[in-house]
Amino acid sequence: MAVNSVHWFRKGLRLHDNAALQEALSGADSVRCVYVLDPWFAGSASVGVNRWRFLLESLEDLDLSLRKLNSRLFVVRGQPADVFPRLFKEWNVTRLTFEFDSEPFGKERDAAIVKMAREFGVETIVKNSHTLYSLDRIIELNNNSPPLTFKRFQAIVSRLGLPKKPLGTVTAEQMDRCRTDISENHDEHYRVPSLEELGFKTHGISPSTWKGGETAALERLHKHLERKAWVANFERPRINAYSLMASPTGLSPYLRFGCISCRLFYYNLLELYRQVRKNSSPPLSLFGQLLWREFFYTAATNNPKFDQMEGNPICVQIPWDRNPEALAKWAEGQTGYPWIDAIMTQLRQEGWIHHLARHAVACFLTRGDLWISWESGMRVFEELLLDADFSVNAGSWMWLSCSAFFQQFFHCYCPVGFGRRTDPTGDYIRRYIPKLKEYPNRYIYEPWNAPEAVQKAANCIIGVDYPKPMVNHAEASRLNIERIKQIYQQLSHYKGLSLLASVPTNPEDAKSPGMDDSHGHSSSSGGRRRVRKLVSR
Amino acid sequence: MKRGRKGHDEDSSSSCEDTTEASKKVRSLSEDSQEAAFSWVRLPQEILMHIFQYLPLLDRAHASQVCHSWNQVFHMPELWRCFEFELSQPATSYLKATHPDLIKQIIKRHSNHLQYVSFKVDSSTESAEAACDILSQLVNCSLKTLGLISTARPSFMELPKSHFISALTVVFVNSKSLSSLKIDDTPVDDPSLKVLVANNSDTLKLLKMSSCPHVSPAGILCVADQCHGLRELALNYYLLSDELLLALSSEKHVHLEHLRIDVVSENPGSTHFHTIQKSSWDALVRHSPKFNLVMYFFLYEEEFDPFFRYEIPVTHLYFGRSVSKDVLGRVGLTCPRLVELVVCANGLRPLDEELIRIAERCKHLSAIGLGECEVSCSAFVEFVKMCGGRLSQLSIMEEVLIPDQKYNLEQIHWEVSKHLGRVWFPDMMPTW
Repeated sequence: MAVNSVHWFRKGLRLHDNAALQEALSGADSVRCVYVLDPWFAGSASVGVNRWRFLLESLEDLDLSLRKLNSRLFVVRGQPADVFPRLFKEWNVTRLTFEFDSEPFGKERDAAIVKMAREFGVETIVKNSHTLYSLDRIIELNNNSPPLTFKRFQAIVSRLGLPKKPLGTVTAEQMDRCRTDISENHDEHYRVPSLEELGFKTHGISPSTWKGGETAALERLHKHLERKAWVANFERPRINAYSLMASPTGLSPYLRFGCISCRLFYYNLLELYRQVRKNSSPPLSLFGQLLWREFFYTAATNNPKFDQMEGNPICVQIPWDRNPEALAKWAEGQTGYPWIDAIMTQLRQEGWIHHLARHAVACFLTRGDLWISWESGMRVFEELLLDADFSVNAGSWMWLSCSAFFQQFFHCYCPVGFGRRTDPTGDYIRRYIPKLKEYPNRYIYEPWNAPEAVQKAANCIIGVDYPKPMVNHAEASRLNIERIKQIYQQLSHYKGLSLLASVPTNPEDAKSPGMDDSHGHSSSSGGRRRVRKLVSR
Repeated sequence: MKRGRKGHDEDSSSSCEDTTEASKKVRSLSEDSQEAAFSWVRLPQEILMHIFQYLPLLDRAHASQVCHSWNQVFHMPELWRCFEFELSQPATSYLKATHPDLIKQIIKRHSNHLQYVSFKVDSSTESAEAACDILSQLVNCSLKTLGLISTARPSFMELPKSHFISALTVVFVNSKSLSSLKIDDTPVDDPSLKVLVANNSDTLKLLKMSSCPHVSPAGILCVADQCHGLRELALNYYLLSDELLLALSSEKHVHLEHLRIDVVSENPGSTHFHTIQKSSWDALVRHSPKFNLVMYFFLYEEEFDPFFRYEIPVTHLYFGRSVSKDVLGRVGLTCPRLVELVVCANGLRPLDEELIRIAERCKHLSAIGLGECEVSCSAFVEFVKMCGGRLSQLSIMEEVLIPDQKYNLEQIHWEVSKHLGRVWFPDMMPTW
């Protein structure tokens, strides 16, 4: 009987290291690669134009790569539950493959599709390749619950050893064996839609700063490694104005959409490190970005309420203020604080901001100044930020607002000082808020303090051409730290005067983190064992 | 759970399991012999009341509908000593408000039972008004504790001052036994403090009034002069005076337990910070050798001139904005009683010397938190070595530690753990 495969792309928009796609090809007579796109979804405000553009560019790239293999991408409009029954019949599908989606909504959707496929006699093969490890395994190793602090997470992960090696890419030979006839009117039904078709006005839109797709991702990976090798330094670099700009070697949006395999990235970093440092074991921090991503995916996978405060077992219930006006000012970069406004402007224009910039604006919205719920901030990021998805976005927001994960809350990012220390030249501000271009460095982070003469000379009067600051930072942070302290003291039942002791400690950390570092992820495993002796009773 | 604040902790957890167990028992008992049901009803009211104390208010209200005698217990005065009024509007808050009918009932039937009361209001003026409305009706109660808490923007400040004051003074005048008063971020003023003092000077032990802009140093001095039992006081720096400290140190006055001072500046150079004489602090320390002085600074870097010029008995220090290396150096020299130091940010030059000095001079330091600062790994290890096991709280952001010849980031965590005698890691922030 003929094996007719359909590979369903959701994330994992790539041909390399795609185990599920490999399964679709294996022994098949025909393979069709499908992406299901719900055009109505584009209308909802929750996903902005940059995100859609990135996705469409990624799909175009897939289509291009498949063309080179004498195949095409089938973009099917509609919802999976409606689309698949029709396709199963039309194409006589016997096998359905897709990459595992760990997010709660994804798991639910996929369970329904698997069930439906079975009814159609379609075999389903699901493979895990969006995360480095099996998240269930991590949870299992942590007494069947997701680690709630990053250090706990690292301890568990260091027991897992190396992740699976990435697979190669799909070859022409593989594709030849399961050639699929592409009809002449393929484009009519199955082409990648344009932004206009989805209802976006593209007149005057600037070209994308981050071009979507596997090809772009692999080029960036190459550049990223080149730069690391040249610097021969794997320490975290000090942030400066340059790092705030769109990074030509940044990979986070590509990891989010799966244009690049996280395992490919991992192994490339590992190999480079070993080359440069002559075979010593890399510290876990080398994979920092990947592990944070993994941490949030793990925390979210079994928690459908992960992106809410109410009813979310890991989220501290904080009496945030409801203030749509203030939220809008923040979202639109009209707070009157140039540092905050520049960051939100970059975010809206380009779809990516540096992680420290994220900390700054998240702190400002929530526990620092406006005292607005992290859920609101999360929704704005969901709309604008290319690398945001359910797990990582919600998780980061909870972290940055000190709503979960046993975070200390004392370090507040000053919307003036932090910006000034990060970029003393003020170039970042001038680039994204051209109105403030003429301000001297001394006042560019706090233009409201500039004497009238300076404001006039700069052609920008505060309160007229640029907003006045919407809050008084000193007063707001004084109020807010008091609030958060009271909430935490209630939680931890702490009655003393220490600010630091108000935060309860993670009960997991009291148990032995199982520091058997025999897999060589740390260069001081001997030392750790000694510490264990000190600590154990 | 709508329970008010008490001086002592009676924070019994409202376990749902207890209520399910209780109701299961009721059901099974009534299914059993009539005799068993009969004895359940015969349960003495005191015991029933004790059980009711464990129920959240809503469950208690449901229980009160069961029968006449349970209803009686529900209304026993002991169950109405504490109450927390939650006042919010759906448009401005996620909080669920106390039901207006319940509020009416409490005022009607239980206002004279109330002793420990707090008001939680959101950022809307209506909520603050509702709180004042209730306050002005508390004519028959002798409150021991009153707390006015804004959970978001301080909405009490948006009320017409006279409206707020008249509501508040109802309580001051009628209670005559106020022991604990929390009125931060409210428009309370000197005359109302006089009323407070006139009626409650014998009983007042705790007064928290940070950010009350209508109070003057004379107003708070009046409180210190007359309320000799005052043990805990929280206020802003501009209210502090030599006279105040001396009043708190007078023979008639009990030992002070804590003094919390907020030093806040709106804009650089806008506020002038007066100096306090060293002798005034010395007098206070002599009088209350164990007292805790908690200071929270929200100043611009250049405004620290008047501070840390001589020895000051501060025990808990928080710098909520960037503080210079120079000032941190002075802290090491002038704060021998320091127990906790928390620094939000610094000007990004290594704080090596300053930290070492603090380890040397602040022998009681047991908690330190560093945010956006820089310290070389070697200096940090040295610091931890010097403090040793007395550091029970060590919260250092990962970016603070600068690797050097001797240590990199991986080595530092176990080196520090070794000297602390427990596993230690720096605090992390997502780098995603």
